[in-house]
Amino acid sequence: MDHKKIRSSLKRTGKSFAQTMPILFGVLLLVSMVLVLVPTSFYGKVFTGNEVLDPLIGAALGSIAAGNPITSYIIGGELIEEGVSLLAVVAFIVAWASVGLIHIPAEGLILGRRFALVRNGVCFLSAIAIAIIVSLVVELV
Amino acid sequence: MRPTSGSVKFLAVVVALYILLALYDFVLFQNVLYKFTELFFKVAPILVLVFVVMSLLNLYLQPGTVKKMLGTRAGPKGWAVAMIGGVLSAGPIYMWYPLLEDLKEKGMKDSLAAAFLCARAIKIPLLPMMIYYFGWTFTATLCISILIFSVIGGIIVEQLVKSE
Repeated sequence: MDHKKIRSSLKRTGKSFAQTMPILFGVLLLVSMVLVLVPTSFYGKVFTGNEVLDPLIGAALGSIAAGNPITSYIIGGELIEEGVSLLAVVAFIVAWASVGLIHIPAEGLILGRRFALVRNGVCFLSAIAIAIIVSLVVELV
Repeated sequence: MRPTSGSVKFLAVVVALYILLALYDFVLFQNVLYKFTELFFKVAPILVLVFVVMSLLNLYLQPGTVKKMLGTRAGPKGWAVAMIGGVLSAGPIYMWYPLLEDLKEKGMKDSLAAAFLCARAIKIPLLPMMIYYFGWTFTATLCISILIFSVIGGIIVEQLVKSE
């Protein structure tokens, strides 16, 4: 193996990492803040019972939430037991993993502002579309 | 991306928020800081993994190869690589931005970067948990829908970003 090539590859990766490190640190700090300031009990309190509004609320909540997706499954399971519609819960779970409102500044700085805005917007709408499909299939089966 | 300007400004704004929080409620500030430390040690191994993956890609993948596989002429194989990569990528979404930036610089198209990020909604290690909570039908339909919408979403993102 060519040591020169390895060193050059590590150097290039290190440089790229050094450039993005302030952003990653910033996001980690923001996520930590959201995790402490928004308790999980908050999520159940904002659903209205409205079939049209709740999926939007679910996707919006999932978009601002932060943390491990496993938390979204647990919260989702509890929300269903509390009577929140499956439609809203699916939108919440999908948006949790694919949309990141608090990550948008970082995503924009690294991958481009327009890309970040469009990508998150499309994933937000996809979360609602996926929720409709999953709810229909689960109801039919 | 330039190292200074935007990224440092972003970090400065977040640090300013922390200072405000410390002035407002020091106990809450300590709790948030504790959470940050906890989170940092949790994501550190993923950061190392991303570093290793990026170094290997830098070592073995030439921009021409990336362009051919994930660039404008990418076929089904390119989509499959992006989506499988997204599904397999562990940890928080933001940890993978540097890798995608690197691949984009080498020629990866926006649609595949978007598909990678959308497909991340499927978490293989968490599937048993999802099946436990919501059942097989739910889990299978959700995973298939996410993969289909990763492609649709990727195409839409590409078109909208291009139309700038």
